[in-house]
Amino acid sequence: MNLESLYREEWRRVLATTVRLTGDFNLSEEAVQDAFVAALEQWPRDGAPANPYAWLVSAARNRVVDQLRRRARFRDRQTEIAQLTALEESVLDLSEAAMVDDQLRLIFTCCHPAIALDAQVALTLRTVCGLTTEEIARGFLVPVPAMAQRLVRVKRKIREAGLPFAVPPRERLGERLAAVMLVVYLVFTEGYAATSGKVWIRRQLCEEAIRLGRLLCELIPRNPELRALLALMLLHDSRRVARAGPDEEIITLEEQNRELWDQREIAEGLPLLESALRDGASGVYALQAAIAALHARAARVEHTDWAQIAGLYGVLLRKQPSPVVELNRAAAVAMAEGPSRGLELIDAIETKGDLAGYHLLPAARADLLRRDGRWREAAEAYRQALSLVANDPERRYLNRRLAEVEGLA
Amino acid sequence: MEYLLLIYGNEADVAKMTPADHAAMYGEFGRFNQSIQDSKNYIAGHQLQDVATATTVRVRDGKRMVTDGPFAETREQLGGYYLIQAKDLDEALAIAERIPSARWGSVEVRPLVTRHPG
Repeated sequence: MNLESLYREEWRRVLATTVRLTGDFNLSEEAVQDAFVAALEQWPRDGAPANPYAWLVSAARNRVVDQLRRRARFRDRQTEIAQLTALEESVLDLSEAAMVDDQLRLIFTCCHPAIALDAQVALTLRTVCGLTTEEIARGFLVPVPAMAQRLVRVKRKIREAGLPFAVPPRERLGERLAAVMLVVYLVFTEGYAATSGKVWIRRQLCEEAIRLGRLLCELIPRNPELRALLALMLLHDSRRVARAGPDEEIITLEEQNRELWDQREIAEGLPLLESALRDGASGVYALQAAIAALHARAARVEHTDWAQIAGLYGVLLRKQPSPVVELNRAAAVAMAEGPSRGLELIDAIETKGDLAGYHLLPAARADLLRRDGRWREAAEAYRQALSLVANDPERRYLNRRLAEVEGLA
Repeated sequence: MEYLLLIYGNEADVAKMTPADHAAMYGEFGRFNQSIQDSKNYIAGHQLQDVATATTVRVRDGKRMVTDGPFAETREQLGGYYLIQAKDLDEALAIAERIPSARWGSVEVRPLVTRHPG
C-alpha cells in the first residue's frame, strides 16, 4: 500500500469530516496527522481496513476525545467538557452526501471573507490540499516561521471569532463562491508566474489549483463559472513546458514550439469551456479561458484569430478594468490591425499613467516598434524596459530582444 | 457567542445632515433595534455623545492623568455600540450589515472573551 497516495486522497476528506465532528480546526489537524501515523504503523502489520476513510475518521475522532479528556482533567474547563459531550453525541455519518458537504464546508471556511486573502490561500493549501507549512512557505517565497505564524493566527481567529464551519446560505453563495474561485486562481497564478523560486514547488501549486478546480466541479457540478475556471487553468497549464527554455528563459507564445503543448490538457479544457459557455458562463475566468482556447486552437501562430482575441479583451476590460488587460488588448489589436493601431492604444495607456514605472509598458511598446521595423526606437524602448524590470528571466528575454534590434538598426 | 458591534462614522458628515435625514436615520435605527430585540439577538446598545465630550484617563506610576479627547484621533469616530448574541460570526456579520450607518460608516465586529467558571 502506498501511504503517500492514500494521504493525498484521504487527507482532505478525513480532515473535513473530523472538523465537522469536533468543530475545532487545530485539534482536528493534529488528530488527523496522528491518525495517518497510526495507519502507517498498523496497516502494514494488520492489513489495510476495507474503508480507509472510515478508519481514519474514527481514529482521528478518538484522538480528539483523548485530547479533550486530558485537557478537561488538567484544566477543569467547561469548554472541553461541552465539546466532549457534543462529540460523543454526534452521529458518525460517513455517507457520500455527508462527505461532499464536509468538504464544501472546509473549503468555504478556509475562504471566508473575514480572513485576509493571503491567509485564505495559505489555509486552503494547508487544510484542503494537505501541503505542509514548509511547502507553502517555499511556494510563496515567505520564511517558514512567518508562514507558520500566519497559519496559527488564522486558526485562532476561526476559533475565537466563531467562524462557522458551514456552507453559506443560498443568498450568499454567489459572493462566497467568487471568493473560493479567487483563492484557487491565485494558487494557480502563483505557481504559473515565471518569477524566481523552485520550479517543482511552483509546478505543485499549479497541480493543486487544478485539483481544487476539479474537486469544486465535482462538488458543485451545475456551476458553469467553476467549469470555466478549471478550463482556464488547464489551457494555460498546457503551455507550461513550451513557455520556458532550459534556463527558465521566457519563450513568448509566438515563439513557442506548439508541439510541446500538452494535448491532453487541451483536449480536456476545450470541451469543458464549451459546456461552460453553453450554460451561460460569462465571467472573467470564462473570458480568459475563451482567449486561451483561441490560442490553443491555432496549430500555428499565423492561424491565431487575433481579431476575436482583441474583442474578448475588450469585453474583459469592461468587466474588470485593469491597465494590464488594457495592455494585452493593445497587443492583440496590434496583431489584428497592425502595429500603429496598437501603439496608439499604448500611448493612451501611458497618458493615463496607471502603469508608470512598470516594465511591461515599454516592453510592449518595444515589441510593437520591432514588428514595425523601427529598430532604433525599439532599442530605446527595450532599454527603458530593462531599467525597470525586476526579475531575471524577463531581463534575459529583454536583453536578447535588445541585441536583436541593435543588430538591425 | 457574544459579539460587540462597534459603530464608526464620520461625525462631521452626520452633523451636516438635514433635520429630515436625521429623523429618517433615527427611524431606521428604531426599527433595527426592534427587529434584533424580536429575534433575541439584542443584549445592549447605545448611541454615544460625540468625541468632543470624550475624556481619557491613564494611570502611570500611580499617578492619574486626565486628558481631553479620545484615545486616538481617527477619520471615523466611535459613535455607538450593540452587544449581541449570535450563533456564529456569519450571523453577527448579517446583523452588523443591517445597522443603518453601515451604509456610510463602518461596523467593527468583535467577539467577547468567554470565561467559564472553574
